[in-house]
Amino acid sequence: MSPLDTPRSDARAAVSPGFLRPDLALIAEMVTPGSRVLDIGCSDGALLEHLARARDVTARGMELQQKNVNACVARGLSVIQGDADTDLVEYPSGAFDYAILSLTLQATRDPRQVLEQMVRIARHAIVSFPNFGHWRVRLHLLLHGAMPVTDALPEPWYETPNIHLCTVKDFIGLTRRCGIEIEEAVVLNDRQQRSGLATPRLANLFGQKAIFRLKRGELAPGRR
Amino acid sequence: MVMDRPRTGDTRAAANAANDVEVQCGLTMELGWDRPLMLDCGVALGPFTLAYQAYGALNADRSNAILVCHALTGDQYMAGTHPVTGKPGWWSLMVGPGLPLDTERYFLICVNVLGGCMGSTGPKSVNPATGEPWALDFPVITIADMVRAQKLLIDRLGIDRLFAVIGGSMGGMQVLEWAARYPDKVFAAVPIATAARHTAQNIAFHEVGRQAIMADLDWCGGRYIAEGRNPDRGLAVARMTAHITYLSEPALHRKFGRRLQDRSSLTFGFEADFQVESYLRHQGASFVQRFDANSYLYITRAMDYFDLAQEHGGKLANAFRDTPVRFCVISFTSDWLFPTAENRSIVHALNACAADVSFVEIASDAGHDAFLLDEPEFSETLAGFIAGCAEHAGLNGRPDGR
Repeated sequence: MSPLDTPRSDARAAVSPGFLRPDLALIAEMVTPGSRVLDIGCSDGALLEHLARARDVTARGMELQQKNVNACVARGLSVIQGDADTDLVEYPSGAFDYAILSLTLQATRDPRQVLEQMVRIARHAIVSFPNFGHWRVRLHLLLHGAMPVTDALPEPWYETPNIHLCTVKDFIGLTRRCGIEIEEAVVLNDRQQRSGLATPRLANLFGQKAIFRLKRGELAPGRR
Repeated sequence: MVMDRPRTGDTRAAANAANDVEVQCGLTMELGWDRPLMLDCGVALGPFTLAYQAYGALNADRSNAILVCHALTGDQYMAGTHPVTGKPGWWSLMVGPGLPLDTERYFLICVNVLGGCMGSTGPKSVNPATGEPWALDFPVITIADMVRAQKLLIDRLGIDRLFAVIGGSMGGMQVLEWAARYPDKVFAAVPIATAARHTAQNIAFHEVGRQAIMADLDWCGGRYIAEGRNPDRGLAVARMTAHITYLSEPALHRKFGRRLQDRSSLTFGFEADFQVESYLRHQGASFVQRFDANSYLYITRAMDYFDLAQEHGGKLANAFRDTPVRFCVISFTSDWLFPTAENRSIVHALNACAADVSFVEIASDAGHDAFLLDEPEFSETLAGFIAGCAEHAGLNGRPDGR
């Protein structure tokens, strides 16, 4: 099975019409109406459809699982079957205003390259991921001495497609290394309440999911 | 400019030497008599005829027209009853009231390709210079020539922009050519089970078919109509070979396996012992009733010559630079004639110009022919894509406003 398969379908499935999961709603708010968007790993197309209808964006999607792709196209969405790790290189630079990657980065083979491709093909990248620095994750490992299984990370270690989990702190470190600028950052705690990154240590402790809006830094090192 | 009026109910005798059947060519249009069509081979062709069928009604602002492009051996009779075979049209599962290509919402047009043998000018038509059938004097035509000819017809119908151009196999090649050549005249394009170029393997199979026709003594160097003969055996073998490429091994196995035809044991001879042999012989025999051998040569050649990248400086993406067209590329898992990889390369080129493209691969064991068959996921996808495009194009409701 390919790495992008399960978490996306599980995480995004069962979104009733009109209701958008809180982290997806947060992403949608970061998108300027009328812009061009590529949703990478768009799953069943819930976010794409919301963006197209509520924010009048030119919405396009890429999804690994063929059955999700077919369902999206049958709903009238522009979606192709593709892999974040290999297929982003095809797009020309600046093709989109926003490239969105929600809850998928941790399942890619080369997260650094994916991030770099995202800020190349779009003026802004929006990335969300489950925060491995969340206190429940830390406590689980501390108390049980076993790989954490939480709401945001529901699969046991032998079934999870998540191969590159990171904390908020790790992610910020990677953006610095890649010369990527953080434009906005929000975390959602386990009660879906939002907070900013004014105190990064607290955000890393209480944020269950993190959402970053990024752009290519002025002096981005030219890797690839 | 004098407008050509489409002639309705024009009955003309198909010069089909095999069976002098009267073909009811619903609609025909004379084109290129004011200015001939400049073919890729350098010949100026004109006047010429295109035979076409139309289904549904054109709305007041002429914005609901869908052009469907037929495949190699298809024709303009995509829905309703075929006048020669008496069977349902080749896309009657897709085109009709309430179907994905809904004749209550859209005005659907299907044109017999230039070089064809169902009413459009082709090698069996009479060459005005000699008063005899063109045969091999007919100029070699290309996919681009077919599309240029269709464009003249669409213009004469007063349609400024097609809502969609849709087609499978060779029809898909025409779709790509339409989108590349007239990007402002096409709102949505659906190339199905196709490729932006014919591969060496594709050309190879076509060459076998052509050689079979030309090896038939009744072909008479192409002059079989004048000689009162018809290369039935050669054309049937060409069809049999091609038919295998349209299926898949699992489909053949499911349909026939090693089952015997009307017998309980092998005959130790060369009769059609196996069902699959009998089936292929039937396919060949029925094909020669409706298809012209020289048309088969010309149309397969047009497909062989097709290479959209080469037409655009060797880079396929150049064909679609800044295209406003919305694409939906569709392939089938078991299609080995136009495999997913070939379809995907179209998608790659479209991505490279950030075009609006959807890409769907349908799981089916039916092979290349899957696009002609009842594949629910395919129908749903096509219907969904068309509905989404209609919304974007502001095409809601029926042409009569109901």
